[in-house]
Amino acid sequence: MNKIFERALYPYRRSADQDAAAPVRHPVIVVGAGPVGLAAAIDLAQRDVPVVVLDDNDKVSSGSRAICFAKRTLEILDRLGCGDTAVETGVTWNLGKVFFDERQVFDFNLLPEDGHKRPAFINLQQYYLEQFMVERAHELTAAGKPLELRGRNRVIGVTPHADHVALDIETPDGRYALEADWLIACDGAGSPVRSMMGLDFTGKVFEDNFLIADVKMQADFPTERWFWFDPPFNRGQSALLHKQPDDVWRIDLQLGRDIDREREKQPERVIARIREMLGDDVAFELDWVSIYTFQCRRMERFRHGRVVFAGDAAHQVSPFGARGANSGLQDTDNLCWKLAAVLSGSAPESLIDSYDTERVQAADENILNSTRSTEFITPKSEISRIFRDAVLDLAEAHPFARPLVNSGRLSVPCAYDGGPLNGADAPGLPARTRPGAPAADAPLGNGWLMDALDGGFQLLGIDADIPQGVAHDDVAVSTLQLSAADNPALRKRYLGEAERAIYLIRPDQHVAARWRSHDAQAVGAAIDHALGK
Amino acid sequence: MTRLETAPNIAGPDDFYAELLAAHEELSRAESDALNARLVLLLANHVGDRKILSAALDAARKATPQRR
Ligand SMILES: Cc1cc2nc3c(=O)[nH]c(=O)nc-3n(C[C@H](O)[C@H](O)[C@H](O)COP(=O)(O)OP(=O)(O)OC[C@H]3O[C@@H](n4cnc5c(N)ncnc54)[C@H](O)[C@@H]3O)c2cc1C
Repeated sequence: MNKIFERALYPYRRSADQDAAAPVRHPVIVVGAGPVGLAAAIDLAQRDVPVVVLDDNDKVSSGSRAICFAKRTLEILDRLGCGDTAVETGVTWNLGKVFFDERQVFDFNLLPEDGHKRPAFINLQQYYLEQFMVERAHELTAAGKPLELRGRNRVIGVTPHADHVALDIETPDGRYALEADWLIACDGAGSPVRSMMGLDFTGKVFEDNFLIADVKMQADFPTERWFWFDPPFNRGQSALLHKQPDDVWRIDLQLGRDIDREREKQPERVIARIREMLGDDVAFELDWVSIYTFQCRRMERFRHGRVVFAGDAAHQVSPFGARGANSGLQDTDNLCWKLAAVLSGSAPESLIDSYDTERVQAADENILNSTRSTEFITPKSEISRIFRDAVLDLAEAHPFARPLVNSGRLSVPCAYDGGPLNGADAPGLPARTRPGAPAADAPLGNGWLMDALDGGFQLLGIDADIPQGVAHDDVAVSTLQLSAADNPALRKRYLGEAERAIYLIRPDQHVAARWRSHDAQAVGAAIDHALGK
Repeated sequence: MTRLETAPNIAGPDDFYAELLAAHEELSRAESDALNARLVLLLANHVGDRKILSAALDAARKATPQRR
């Protein structure tokens, strides 16, 4: 079978840089073409920042790995030009069921709130997402955008300098050297860049083992997320069943601490386990099997001079709650407009420190959430298990206990409360869209607010007059005049009880500042502040 | 209620205490632990107020001499 992850999507090609007499300097080099590195490259290229991506491979992720992509990620993918493909291919789901022992204790609906373009979540194999992103990168290159994807270019040396980074690279044609004004390290959890720079990566190691099996079957299980605590087919442990496109199902079985990994991975054994779970009459075929343990940890700082870490290279979480890939895409969403502003001279270099502050805050939130889920799913002490089981026992009859059941909280974006770039706030406006928070979507005529946010600074006048097109120094600020008159979603999310409001939106679609009336000077000050001036 | 009530508040304290012990009668240690945990959760939800719950946890912790 010709699987997508067996195909070379960006095969090695000799670059002119390899024949240069002295190392060629590039504004930005990204190490790693996983989902995070690809997002960085697309984002920068769309902002006309020249970017070279180096990956020691030339294929997409082998095996599906991440499968759940959250609404915020889909909004980012929309801005990067691959949202539609992802959503069309992905499986949309809303319903979840929780089982304890032999019985269903409750079900829940993610109840997608009305008035959003994108659903709460889709399920999509990571290799598809990466494939769509590689295709988008090729499309940008073909359209003349400054993006170069270099396969089988392994970074083997990193030397940081005050104003650039020197790299040694190994290719099938031998070694060569490059220089970058900025290096974005998206080289995954094992980050060779991090190791070569001798940087820390500390946190909590969880000793539990999980078996992931993606199986292909034509079963009539509904498109729901099923989670079992202590089921008969996996006593004392947990289990998860979740649907992906192409009739592929993700099965995740907790195995416990002291196991024989090689034995557990043997197909006969995996098949026997799955048969116990699904019953004898369900025919299936193994697509991908892996055993994983996990860690919750992060680097102390994500910026080290001209080297910036993003995605798994900077932080790792347990998979419960699908925060790995989702949070990685929010890293580069936060970083790329800042790098573009620094490189164009419209912001000081210190703006990149706000990436560190904001994304460390987000990483801590993600680590906290996934550590809590992990504690609930795999209680670490006897008393922890006693309370866990008490919650599950109560949940069946008593609704109050259901919010305490934690089989993985859904990945939601971080609001950068207290963040260094946040500007003015006006009292009385909804908390949801406070400075630092991601903008909330709302319908706009036949389209959507998120689609109208153009990736630059933007001023929204909601039933408030704002000038058309604002220029602040050399920063272009587009304006959007909106009315909440027949738009209850927009009113609820941006006005609350107020009659009018002005919002300044950052290029990453987070709210920078907001007011009850327009004041050109205040807007200018907020833009300066959001640019770290 | 704005603060943790620590003055006597249960009418018929002896009856309540007997009822509490009766609920545990003939339970194994594990069953008793589970019952206690369910009880804590039910009562905590009834109280609801996070400040009072924190104050109760604190008062419970401090009632053990060695943890003071
Ligand atoms: C078994 C497993 C299951 C998972 N399940 C989930 C899940 O259910 N949900 C979820 O959200 N996340 C899950 N994850 C995590 C998710 O896959 C990661 O968070 C995500 O892939 C991180 O993306 P990344 O781009 O930061 O790193 P990666 O995807 O790891 O990409 C790193 C890239 O760097 C390249 N590279 C490495 N070293 C070098 C070098 N020296 N030179 C050049 N290139 C280099 C690699 O070839 C690779 O392409 C899972 C991970 C694993 C391993």
